[in-house]
Amino acid sequence: MVSVAVAIVWMKDLIAVVMLLGIYGLLTASFFVAMDAVDVAFTEASVGAGISTLLLLVAIAKTKRAEHPVRHKPMLALLVVVVTGGLLIYGTFDMPIFGIAEAPAHTHVAQRYIEDSYAEVGIPNIVTSVLASYRGFDTFGEVVVIFTAGIGVLGLLTVSGGTGRRNQEITTKKMHEQHKVLRIVAKILIPFMLLFALYVQFHGDYGPGGGFQAGVIFAAGIILYAMLFGMNTARRVINQTLIQLIAALGVLLYGAVGMLSFVNGGTFLDYSVLLTDPIAGQHLGIILIELGVGLTVTAVITIIFFSFAGREEIQDYRNDTGA
Amino acid sequence: MLIGHYNYWVVVALMMLGFFIIIAHGNLIKKIIGLTIFQTSVFIFYISIAKLDGGSAPILAEGVSDYSNPLPHVLILTAIVVGIATTALGLAITVRINEAYGSIEEEFIQKQDNQT
Repeated sequence: MVSVAVAIVWMKDLIAVVMLLGIYGLLTASFFVAMDAVDVAFTEASVGAGISTLLLLVAIAKTKRAEHPVRHKPMLALLVVVVTGGLLIYGTFDMPIFGIAEAPAHTHVAQRYIEDSYAEVGIPNIVTSVLASYRGFDTFGEVVVIFTAGIGVLGLLTVSGGTGRRNQEITTKKMHEQHKVLRIVAKILIPFMLLFALYVQFHGDYGPGGGFQAGVIFAAGIILYAMLFGMNTARRVINQTLIQLIAALGVLLYGAVGMLSFVNGGTFLDYSVLLTDPIAGQHLGIILIELGVGLTVTAVITIIFFSFAGREEIQDYRNDTGA
Repeated sequence: MLIGHYNYWVVVALMMLGFFIIIAHGNLIKKIIGLTIFQTSVFIFYISIAKLDGGSAPILAEGVSDYSNPLPHVLILTAIVVGIATTALGLAITVRINEAYGSIEEEFIQKQDNQT
């Protein structure tokens, strides 16, 4: 993993760098599996090795491929890095031994989650119960951050006015003729991808999975469709206004569940009061907020991809007419 | 004793590589990639803290009594998704900079700024 990272430092061709980053993401995911963090590995595999590679590629397609060879003062930078690294390694000598049970991280609140969460929340996946129930407020904040980032990308990259329409149809036609095998395979695969995303979404209580992972996988399915069938076709299938509405709806759903527990006499995001049976209430609350998370993540990632890719086509059109 | 800390050293090595890319490279996309590597090293740090010798994945099952710590998993799980969202925002800004200046190299951008 370190050697892949070293290669990333030296490579000048940005596309090769991005490919290496994809490999790096996959290696990180397998490391997480080895560390028993299955939920995290799931997320890293779909985000690090999938979506982030894709977004970087789209961004490179719109900027420049090669890196400018001149680097200024690499020696000074190297010095700073070596000194900082040395200090950090010196600091690790005070850290607890790897994997030891007496480490401070294992002796405080985590013990309570492991012992009591099944009686209090009633779902076997502790990660999901901590994420959605005990620390539900943090997760709410994170969903809002993702939503805000989506709005930011939308604001930065969207241009008003429908330029480049004619150009889009030409590219669509070209795509149809070129990648016949790819398109047929994708046509078979995409329903299963979406189905798998839904499984991950609703099975998150019992196995690894949940709203975040499901959202990313679902968005990956949509993006695959958009890449192979052309942006124009994808825009017709997935309405832009609708998807923006869905992004907001996810956050709203999450917040509404929180407010509902207010109305029922509990504190914010306390699902036990949602139904008469507290365990059933917790179940309902977690499923609802995971749904909210899933909706927002899917919608925001799709929005980000569409605004990046849409930008490119508009640019091409301008270059064509400007020449 | 020494071997018990090797995971932290891997984290430090990755973190410093990411740091080096951020400060030594002028290319904005390369900088974002460096930031991603830096970020991943922090993820690895948290996850390796959560690891417990002989522990199992934190999904309750019959006959298992030791679990890895679920709390860092939760933190990192959300951090990854937030990370991709902020990366996307950074890339969006890069694309706009490229449109405004015609370059994503720091030097050229600064040169143009100094001329005006």
